[in-house]
Amino acid sequence: MSTTADQIAPAHDEHHAPRGLLRWLTTTNHKEIGTLYLVFSLTMFFVGGTMALIIRAELFQPGLQIVEPYFFNQMTTMHALVMIFGAVMPAFVGLANWLIPMMIGAPDMALPRMNNWSFWIMPFAFTLLLSTLFMDGGGPAGGWTLYPPLSLQTGAAFPFVILAIHMMGVSSVMGAINVIATILNLRAPGMTLMRMPLFVWTWLITAYLLIAVMPVLAGAVTMLLTDKYFGTSFFNAAGGGDPVMFQHIFWFFGHPEVYIMILPAFGIVSQIIPTFARKPLFGYASMVYATASIAFLSFIVWGHHMFTVGMPLAGELFFMYATMLIAVPTGVKVFNWMATMWRGSMTFETPMLFAVAFVVLFTIGGFSGLMLAIAPADFQYQDTYFVVAHFHYVLVPGAVFSIMAATYYWLPKWTGHMYDEKLGRLHFWCSAIGVNVLFFPQHFLGLAGMPRRIPDYALQFAGFNMISSIGAFLFGLSQLIFLWVVIKCIRGGEPAPAKPWEGAHGLEWTLPSPAPLHTFQTPPQIDPSEAHG
Amino acid sequence: MTANRPWRGARGMAAVGVPALWSSAAFANFQLNMTPGVTSVSHRIYELHMLIFWICVAIGIVVFGVMFWSIVHHRKSRGAVAAQFHESTKVELAWTVVPVLILVGMAIPATKTLVAMEDTADADLTIKVTGYQWKWRYDYLDEKVGGETLGFYSNLKTTPQQVYGDAPKDEHYLLEVDRPLVLPVGKKVRIVTTAADVIHSWWVPSLGWKRDAIPGFINESWTRIEQPGTYRGQCAELCGKDHGFMPIVIVAMNEPDYAKWLADTKAGLLAERDSATREWSRDELMAKGASVFQTCAACHQANGQGLPGMFPPLVAGQPFAAPEPLLAPLRERGFLDGAGNIHIGSVTQHAEIVMKGIPGTPMSAYAGQLSDVEIAAVLTYIRNSWGNTLGDVVQPAAIKALR
Repeated sequence: MSTTADQIAPAHDEHHAPRGLLRWLTTTNHKEIGTLYLVFSLTMFFVGGTMALIIRAELFQPGLQIVEPYFFNQMTTMHALVMIFGAVMPAFVGLANWLIPMMIGAPDMALPRMNNWSFWIMPFAFTLLLSTLFMDGGGPAGGWTLYPPLSLQTGAAFPFVILAIHMMGVSSVMGAINVIATILNLRAPGMTLMRMPLFVWTWLITAYLLIAVMPVLAGAVTMLLTDKYFGTSFFNAAGGGDPVMFQHIFWFFGHPEVYIMILPAFGIVSQIIPTFARKPLFGYASMVYATASIAFLSFIVWGHHMFTVGMPLAGELFFMYATMLIAVPTGVKVFNWMATMWRGSMTFETPMLFAVAFVVLFTIGGFSGLMLAIAPADFQYQDTYFVVAHFHYVLVPGAVFSIMAATYYWLPKWTGHMYDEKLGRLHFWCSAIGVNVLFFPQHFLGLAGMPRRIPDYALQFAGFNMISSIGAFLFGLSQLIFLWVVIKCIRGGEPAPAKPWEGAHGLEWTLPSPAPLHTFQTPPQIDPSEAHG
Repeated sequence: MTANRPWRGARGMAAVGVPALWSSAAFANFQLNMTPGVTSVSHRIYELHMLIFWICVAIGIVVFGVMFWSIVHHRKSRGAVAAQFHESTKVELAWTVVPVLILVGMAIPATKTLVAMEDTADADLTIKVTGYQWKWRYDYLDEKVGGETLGFYSNLKTTPQQVYGDAPKDEHYLLEVDRPLVLPVGKKVRIVTTAADVIHSWWVPSLGWKRDAIPGFINESWTRIEQPGTYRGQCAELCGKDHGFMPIVIVAMNEPDYAKWLADTKAGLLAERDSATREWSRDELMAKGASVFQTCAACHQANGQGLPGMFPPLVAGQPFAAPEPLLAPLRERGFLDGAGNIHIGSVTQHAEIVMKGIPGTPMSAYAGQLSDVEIAAVLTYIRNSWGNTLGDVVQPAAIKALR
């Protein structure tokens, strides 16, 4: 299919747009909003990363050297909130904004003005959240899970944190509604559901998860608010409530939330591996069904986050079996990626390096997840560094690597320039080595008995903590290379062709690079042989 | 732990010196795996853990093996031409069914272990474990001393000097307590856990499990320790500022040693109680008070200055900037003067705030936690330290009268 002039906006459509800051404040264009999301996400990635480095610096050796325990707890709490709600989730929304309309042949997102709001709530939410660090009594320090009664001991920051979480939730739900409305209504003729690229599929399912669980989180934190300020006793045993009920509600949100952060990553990797293997994705239909199965299972496994609260035996068995089942659809995905690479004709540009590292390291996170599912063994693993290692393996070389892979993969389309391949590879190798030096020893620490969220530790944990901290600084500083590659690519570089990757398929590659502000104002023709890029 | 600012500043940074790193005894220890522990449950958990670990390793070798073979051989630079296959129902079916079978194989031993762990019947003795911010209390529910249940608190023994690098760290740095939990070997011990303030989690890896201590609720577990020895653990659920500083130490003894320990402990507690009826000197009370105050220092700090916005100072005339919900109960109880500075009331007012606490704030009621002697001593200490010059000497008998 060729791109004709009428699919690209004529220039006279644009000259009414405001310039400068007002342009970004008022934009309803999916590409500009996508860029805003991605820049916001990268900023928060560095803010949350700095907090992580403060944590790792304190844990470099036993004793308290740099921060006080209460401030340490604020750092662990804020690091999680910033990374989850500020870095990973907005990055995926940014990618969705940029890519979904281009992938399904739509002119824009279905609800462009709401799209503007979805984004612009975020900077306010995070300004509010981060400002709590400077309030009387400091920021929240009870962990991002906000378990009562501990979280109710938070000082002046408490209502601000709750309001910030509400704002993030509103933003996420609006973004999710927009994604669903766009995918269900704005597909080009011939783009049937089962021809959609997997990134679109995974986002469709993720959007439903978001709509289902963000209100649950909102309910839980509102109950915390009324428990603290309005005399209710939802979570106070003395008043007839139950602190464990909060954990049930929280993790009913929390477990689907985990998949909100990984399903779009599955989508990205399923776009990139076929491109660089020059071979169609193996088992497209089974990938879609596996994603849907994972999403369904995510609603019935929340209890595995709280095996140690003293559930009845039947409850423990149910959550153990349900959790183990997740390994099946997840395994199907890994096997499909493996089969896609098999007998391909592979090259290893930076996006592919990150995608392959994703498959390997995410699988390691999956293995430790399977171990954690075994309830009796979890009585040892729970709340130790083994858990920290597990979820960082699925979130950093998992979700974050997929976002980086996506950035390298689509940067030429966004900027019209090729990124610096040498620097990209340098960034990959520093990150891949750094992330393993950082997180692999944490498995050993957890098994040896180190609890999580402690600012100081017994001497037998000193060796691996030091190694982990060294890895943290290597990984953290490597991200400056990433920042430089992106800036360099925006500012210039070798001009990118419409389709810079030999093996790429999909509608976005039929557009010129950089993609013009308005695209597919006339729906494109779908070539059935191009199905599910 | 003690300073009231978040950053430790230049002195702290300087402590991260290279010589300190390499002289540390810490480097002798790189423990890789879970402890097999000292109970039948912990052995079963260890075996389960290893079984699943090796299954994961085997799957990993196959999957990564195929991937890396493919990465090496199916490269464009080696002239590989891409095949175009992209579907096979048979293969898809196989890699759905085989993992299900493997999972069933894992679930069977896991279920058996879980069922055994939940069976708390026929226990020989019951220990009640209560989590506090930031210490543990152990009550021997089957043992009486002077008409009351035998019980005591267990506090961190590691000194702040060790934590802040002003003294060398002991071998069991952060894992030492003043009074360990003593258990008999070979007996089935039922352990019930609860908490007084926030959720804690009681965990000794050698026993094979941890169990959350939840305020208002009671959880049950059991253990039967096979060999005498000292077993150490820590609180495993984030419980506030000093979560990392509330260790657990169990000393497991053979039956005769345990019986002797029980008798000695009971005698000691009785002697302590008797001392409450006699007149105490100011010096005695000040010395005792200084040690009791370590409990208070977790929040109010060792220098009595508190933490702005969270924990009020205990020094008369000091300002306390905090949100209104924290200030209001202090004002009601007469602990703030007109200018909003701290005012220390009469002995009775003071004793009341310590004994009853302030509901809805981190200030718990200490009437149940501290003895008459301890409350009398700590009040005397607070009222005569850091520039407080109230000069009172509070006698244990006066506290007894207030109960």
